[in-house]
Amino acid sequence: MALRDWPIKQKLTAILMLISGLVLLLTCAAFVTYEVVAVRRTTLKNLSTLGRVIAANSTASLAFANEADAREILSALRVEPHVVAAALYDKDGRLFTRYPAGLPSDSFPTGPDRGGYRFEHGYLIGLEPVAEAGSPRLGTLYLKSDLKAVSHTLRLSAAIAAAALGFSLLAAFVLATVLQGGISQPILALAETAKTVSARQDYSVRAPKLGEDELGTLTDSFNQMLGHIEDQDRALRESQEELQHHVTGLEQRVAERTQELEARNETLRRNAAELLAANQELDAFAYSVSHDLRAPLRSIDGFSQIVLEDYAAHLDDAGRDALQRVRAATQRMGSLIDDLLKLARVTRAEMRTEAVNLSDIAQDITAELERTTPDRHVEFEITPGLRARGDPRLVRVALENLLRNSWKYTAKQPRARVEFGSMDENGERVFLIRDNGAGFDMKYMDKLFGVFQRLHSAAEFEGTGVGLATVRRIITRHGGRIWAEGAVDRGATFYFTL
Amino acid sequence: MNSGAILLVEDNPDDVALTIRALKSHNIRNDVVLAHDGVSALDYLFGGEGKAAAEELPAVVLLDLKLPKINGLEVLKRIRAEERTRLLPVVILTSSDEERDVIDGYRLGANSYVRKPVDFVEFTEAAKQLGLYWLLMNQAPPTPRTP
Repeated sequence: MALRDWPIKQKLTAILMLISGLVLLLTCAAFVTYEVVAVRRTTLKNLSTLGRVIAANSTASLAFANEADAREILSALRVEPHVVAAALYDKDGRLFTRYPAGLPSDSFPTGPDRGGYRFEHGYLIGLEPVAEAGSPRLGTLYLKSDLKAVSHTLRLSAAIAAAALGFSLLAAFVLATVLQGGISQPILALAETAKTVSARQDYSVRAPKLGEDELGTLTDSFNQMLGHIEDQDRALRESQEELQHHVTGLEQRVAERTQELEARNETLRRNAAELLAANQELDAFAYSVSHDLRAPLRSIDGFSQIVLEDYAAHLDDAGRDALQRVRAATQRMGSLIDDLLKLARVTRAEMRTEAVNLSDIAQDITAELERTTPDRHVEFEITPGLRARGDPRLVRVALENLLRNSWKYTAKQPRARVEFGSMDENGERVFLIRDNGAGFDMKYMDKLFGVFQRLHSAAEFEGTGVGLATVRRIITRHGGRIWAEGAVDRGATFYFTL
Repeated sequence: MNSGAILLVEDNPDDVALTIRALKSHNIRNDVVLAHDGVSALDYLFGGEGKAAAEELPAVVLLDLKLPKINGLEVLKRIRAEERTRLLPVVILTSSDEERDVIDGYRLGANSYVRKPVDFVEFTEAAKQLGLYWLLMNQAPPTPRTP
């Protein structure tokens, strides 16, 4: 495992151990080095002191070439176990005497050159001149000492250092283990809190604060952050609940509306079905009227005419008049039935809406009127190019009724005039048919468009009272409006929209 | 002048009387064969119920639409379906001017559609015109031999 992946506790302990170990190691090395250097110096100093003492004692022996005396002096070296060899050379460099006596002469250097002490091949070698003060040199003392004291000291101090190192490291480990908690504890507590927050989505938990240091500040900041999140979380939850509340309310309202609509739809469906049934009934009724109601009329009229023709001789004027009245009434009833059927047809007819040229239709109708009644002279003024959307057949029926009305009611006018045009009223196109005929009293306005409602007697102007009702039915079916203005003997104007 | 009979298919006795009077008053001497309903009209043309079909086809059929048992449009359909009567002139003479009756009549092959006016003077005029046209002016198709 890479160091960066270690748990923070181990990481801290390891760092502390590493540092303290390194410091201890360097300290121990310095201590051992110092000990060794000190022991070597002491050994050198001791040997040189010994050399000077023995040299001073040996002057007489060399001066007088007394070998036995010299051997006696050297044998005193037995008390110094480190000195493994010693010798005296005369002033010419010849070996004079040696210690230990049994050592072969080739173990000694031949003719020691100069004085001084030096470490050589694991031994300390010393050469001490032998002379009286202020006198020429008598000879040279040779000393050879082993370095057991040094190596002993080295071993001892190394052992002490190793022991100290061991104890120190142990103490350091214990201390590090205990003290690293001061740093790792808050961090671990923070980590634990963060884990809890993310695992449980619980923003109400807080990390324990363990000190006032930077970690304490960090914990404070973390807790503060958690507080903000908790507040926001609560606000979010609240708004979510509110939203849910609204949604529920909306759903409920939608459900209510849907139910309401369904109920309405059901009513509409029922109405439509009823309407369809009524329409079918009307259809059957109209069909029956068309076929059956006219037949008896034909019989009444026909046989009245036969009586008039075949029995003329048996009838007086009153009888003939009576029969003529029967025929007139019969024919009038025929017209009424026909007009009623037309009105019913206008109601039943399917609408096909398309662009319609009203001016052209009006032109056709007036041309037909002029053709069939050439003795009437009416001045028609039709504005060309009046267009609208509508069912061409129904629109034609409406215009025909209106124009025929104007034609009829201007019959007693010496200079009859009928106008078809349009005007703009509040942005809406309004068509108008104006005549200078008999007109009508505005107080009967409400009766104008009623079925079988007439404002004139049949003697004045013939008619069934169905025409304007038919016109209004057509205009209404187109979603338009129709109204009229007029005054008695001052003409009438019919307005309509499509 | 076509000497063939006129087959009048009409259930209303008043209308029968008025129609015959109107025809006769204009010197139309052709026989008028009467059928009171669709069934007897078809019997006359095609035979049935022990009766043989008429040897000669009528010059024209004046056909009412609203008839008992089998209505006029059904009769027309049968006339047009049979090879023998396929070309027979048929004039629908009825009270109604309902658009669907007119359309259905022509669709099924009527040669003409005339609405009976209430005014007897007009009715007489119409009958005269019909007689003149179909018996005098019109060149009838050759009568197929009886199969």
